[in-house]
Amino acid sequence: MSEWIVVCQVTDIPKLGARVVKESGKDDIAVFRTETDQVFALTDRCPHKGGPLSQGIVYGENVACPLHNWQISLSSGEACAPDEGCAGKHPVKVEGGTVYLLRQVTA
Amino acid sequence: MSKPKLVLVGNGMAGVRTLEELFALAPDMYDVTVFGSEPHPNYNRILLSPVLAGEQTIEQIILNDLDWYKQHNITLHMDKMVSKIDRINRKVIASDGTEAEYDRLLLATGSNPFILPVPGKDLKGVISYRDIKDTNDMIAAATEHTDAVVIGGGLLGLEAANGLKLRGMNVTVVHIGEWLLERQLDKTAGKMLEASLAERGLQFRLQAQTQELLGDEHGRVRAVRFASGEELPAQLVVMAVGIRPNFTLAESAGLTCDRGIKVNDTMQTFDPRIYAVGECVNHRGIAYGLVAPLYEMAKVAANHLALMGYGRYQGSVLSTKLKVTGIDLFSAGNFAGGEGTEDIVLSDPSAGVYKRLVIQNDKLVGACLYGDTSDGSWYFKLLREGRPIADIRDHLMFGESSNLGDTGHQGQNKAMAMQDSDEICGCNGVCKGTIVKAIKEKGLFTLDEVKKSTKAASSCGSCTGLVEQILMNTLGSDFQETPKNKAVCGCTDRSHADVRQAIREQHLTSIPAAMKAMDWRTSNGCGTCRPALNYYLISTWPKEAVDDPQSRFINERAHANIQKDGTFSVIPQMKGGVTNASELRRIADVADKYQVPLVKVTGGQRIDLLGVKKEDLVSVWKDLGMNSGHAYGKSIRTVKTCVGSEFCRFGTQNSTQMGIDLETMLANMWSPHKVKLAVSGCPRNCAEAGIKDVGVIAVDSGWELYIGGNGGIKTEVAQFLCKVKTAEEVKEYSGAFLQLYREEAYYLDRTVHYLNRVGMDYIKQRIVENAETRQALFERLLFALDGLQDPWKARIDGARKEEYVPLIPMPA
Ligand code: SRM
Ligand SMILES: Cc1cc2nc3c(=O)[nH]c(=O)nc-3n(C[C@H](O)[C@H](O)[C@H](O)COP(=O)(O)OP(=O)(O)OC[C@H]3O[C@@H](n4cnc5c(N)ncnc54)[C@H](O)[C@@H]3O)c2cc1C
Ligand code: SF4
Ligand code: FES
Repeated sequence: MSEWIVVCQVTDIPKLGARVVKESGKDDIAVFRTETDQVFALTDRCPHKGGPLSQGIVYGENVACPLHNWQISLSSGEACAPDEGCAGKHPVKVEGGTVYLLRQVTA
Repeated sequence: MSKPKLVLVGNGMAGVRTLEELFALAPDMYDVTVFGSEPHPNYNRILLSPVLAGEQTIEQIILNDLDWYKQHNITLHMDKMVSKIDRINRKVIASDGTEAEYDRLLLATGSNPFILPVPGKDLKGVISYRDIKDTNDMIAAATEHTDAVVIGGGLLGLEAANGLKLRGMNVTVVHIGEWLLERQLDKTAGKMLEASLAERGLQFRLQAQTQELLGDEHGRVRAVRFASGEELPAQLVVMAVGIRPNFTLAESAGLTCDRGIKVNDTMQTFDPRIYAVGECVNHRGIAYGLVAPLYEMAKVAANHLALMGYGRYQGSVLSTKLKVTGIDLFSAGNFAGGEGTEDIVLSDPSAGVYKRLVIQNDKLVGACLYGDTSDGSWYFKLLREGRPIADIRDHLMFGESSNLGDTGHQGQNKAMAMQDSDEICGCNGVCKGTIVKAIKEKGLFTLDEVKKSTKAASSCGSCTGLVEQILMNTLGSDFQETPKNKAVCGCTDRSHADVRQAIREQHLTSIPAAMKAMDWRTSNGCGTCRPALNYYLISTWPKEAVDDPQSRFINERAHANIQKDGTFSVIPQMKGGVTNASELRRIADVADKYQVPLVKVTGGQRIDLLGVKKEDLVSVWKDLGMNSGHAYGKSIRTVKTCVGSEFCRFGTQNSTQMGIDLETMLANMWSPHKVKLAVSGCPRNCAEAGIKDVGVIAVDSGWELYIGGNGGIKTEVAQFLCKVKTAEEVKEYSGAFLQLYREEAYYLDRTVHYLNRVGMDYIKQRIVENAETRQALFERLLFALDGLQDPWKARIDGARKEEYVPLIPMPA
């Protein structure tokens, strides 16, 4: 079963920045905020060598991985050409300034 | 017991340098007496030209003031000419009767200007150009008279002519040769030089032979008459037609002389107690007339005077520059070519650039550059090393930066011969085959495309040359060289220079404003341009522009260095590498408490705690109670030091304290790239100051400053900037240089790249020669640093704490 869970307020994420969501037993998730207050969520692991994308520089709808500078699209999780690979994408929504993630919950 | 006596005859550049070298090796070995026929302490003769041109004063060019002689207990006889050496009784006698006994004698009598034996040479107003007196005479003549003739179109003559012109005289250079500087330049370059000097108002009479100097009724020169019968008015005639080694004294003492005092490779004359250095000697048949070889001689002579006994002088290859501000000219070795040599020539007269390289037996043997001399030192290095050049020959003309194999470590110029499976990029593990395949299949044309596509050359950059070569080989003539004025990134067409200029001139203080003013193509840039813009803004407008953390790389945003597994490393500041038991205890406690996986002493004389979790960073800093070492930033890093005079038996100054003071002064300084300093207590240089952005080496009489060293991807030896006397000056000069670098370098250029771009002369002019610009730079540095807070402390106090705190979600 999946369920929307509250992560934070949009304003808790710096513009052109990210926060890490930690849940025990699960991969970290990076939630990003663009300049226009769009919010995206990706697994916090670069498809290249696992770099923490949450620590990268955010620009437009992309993030540059802090380890070897791959450019990852926030909307798809795909690495920008010529690099190939995908960081898992997570459904995310913003309602009334609150950020929600859709998570599998074990009942 | 009394010390052995050393007497120096000739209080000039080579002799006194020998003493300095000697004092560095063996400070108290001799009782030293110095005779000099000039009424001045040792000064920098070279800089008489800037003095004449009005760019410097006599006071500024004194190298060793009277205090220096006093400090070293030297008995100094100024204005006394030694007229006799009594080798049997081992003493020298001056013309006024002063005597001094010696155990070792050092002759450094320099040379005399050659005076053309023409009628009228003894008239008033006819002078040579050699010393302070000549210079003052010329300056005085310029205020009283209008017309000057300089005989001799060599380096000295042209510098004299330029100076006199700047002092308002009508100046004509009379030269017997077909073109100027024919001993340094070939005809084409000589003619280009003549044209640009003519633009400055100098006049020339080439292939003209002076027959007679005519005098007026007061016995002052009034005109020069040529062999052709023509007369040219002149109330000042400067003879700069060459020098002759001054060896009369040595010869009269029975030492073997032949166009100079004969010396062996240890600078010893035929009398083993007597050494000779400088322009007065003939070493292996050559008498030198430039200081570089004289300084090498000084080192060797000092080594033997200090009884170390292993130095050898084996001759020098020379290079020259003309010291006329605004004219770039360089020549070295056999630039004229001749039998058995080949030339590579680049000539672009309308752009004012001319270069000629002379090659013999697969080696560069000469270079003559006019207009663009940026690669002079590189050619000079190739020339001295005598390195075979077959492999770089096709690019030789385009200089070092274009040269494959020289952009990185050695032996990388064999791209052609490499196997497809050979690794090209060590950082990213990219093989030659992968690059060739990508070029062919994806249709890549430029280095940037290859970098993006294959990652080769995109990390440390040391394989850039190789990758370019593969591109060239694969594409043939389709290869496009990276343009010189490269855009910062894909978001703009502007180069770094443009961007810096716009930020300064339009007073831009925020990234959005800068992007708007410069028509950025993207709304918020990218990971390449934003950090650069952020740096340019905060360095140009300190206290006005607001630092943007989101435009900083994670290391600078989180004040720690990210590791491959996403953890961080923590390196606290340890000024000058000095710590104490309490700090060490706290470090140990932190290592235990946070289970730090690795504690390591870094290459920067401090301690690294590796593998710290991001969420622990703030508490780790708090528990450490130490300042940030900035080991993660494009910023000041460390100031390495050695023990120095407090403990070391060779130390000449307190280098440890100097390092601590510098690190304190520079705390929290952001810069285009990282900045490292080192201070050594003596020329043994245990702190490795020779490969630092600013290296400071203490000597008995003060501190030598070196800049632009780099021990990284491509090792670069720091270059000598100047020597200063006090610790305060060390701070002021190095601070001013760093501020110049902060204001003018492009983002991610280390000091060496900046130095190579603007040239050492420019930096010297701003930092050494002009006290006003130096002090202004220094003040701007202090202004920018004033009030900056230690970043760790700010975080401990709660600034941007969410950076370090993960989000814990909860069901809605
Ligand atoms: C920790 C240390 C190695 C050690 O264990 O000793 C180190 C570690 C790193 N160096 Fe270094 N360098 C360290 C001393 C040096 C030195 C030696 C020195 O400073 O005397 C050099 C050569 C000197 C120089 O810089 O001129 C050096 C030349 C480099 C370079 C090449 C710089 C260049 O201009 O060529 C890089 C790459 C860069 O900065 O772009 C680099 C980059 C790095 C980075 C920051 C790579 C990175 O971006 O992650 C390494 C971080 C490791 C980590 O995970 O924390 N490191 N690095 C040393 C820290 C010194 C300190 O206390 O601050
Ligand atoms: C205007 C000018 C510009 C120059 N520009 C450059 C340049 O750009 N680059 C470069 O490399 N070189 C340059 N040179 C040359 C350089 O200055 C000399 O090579 C250098 O000074 C020689 O050093 P030295 O110690 O051998 O002789 P000097 O510096 O001439 O010292 C010799 C000293 O010995 C004294 N002396 C001589 N005989 C006696 C005696 N019997 N008793 C007591 N004292 C005596 C002399 O008075 C003199 O002071 C320039 C020279 C001049 C004049
Ligand atoms: S510490 Fe320096 S030399 Fe060592 S692997 Fe990292 S970057 Fe390379
Ligand atoms: S791990 Fe992200 S680019 Fe290498």
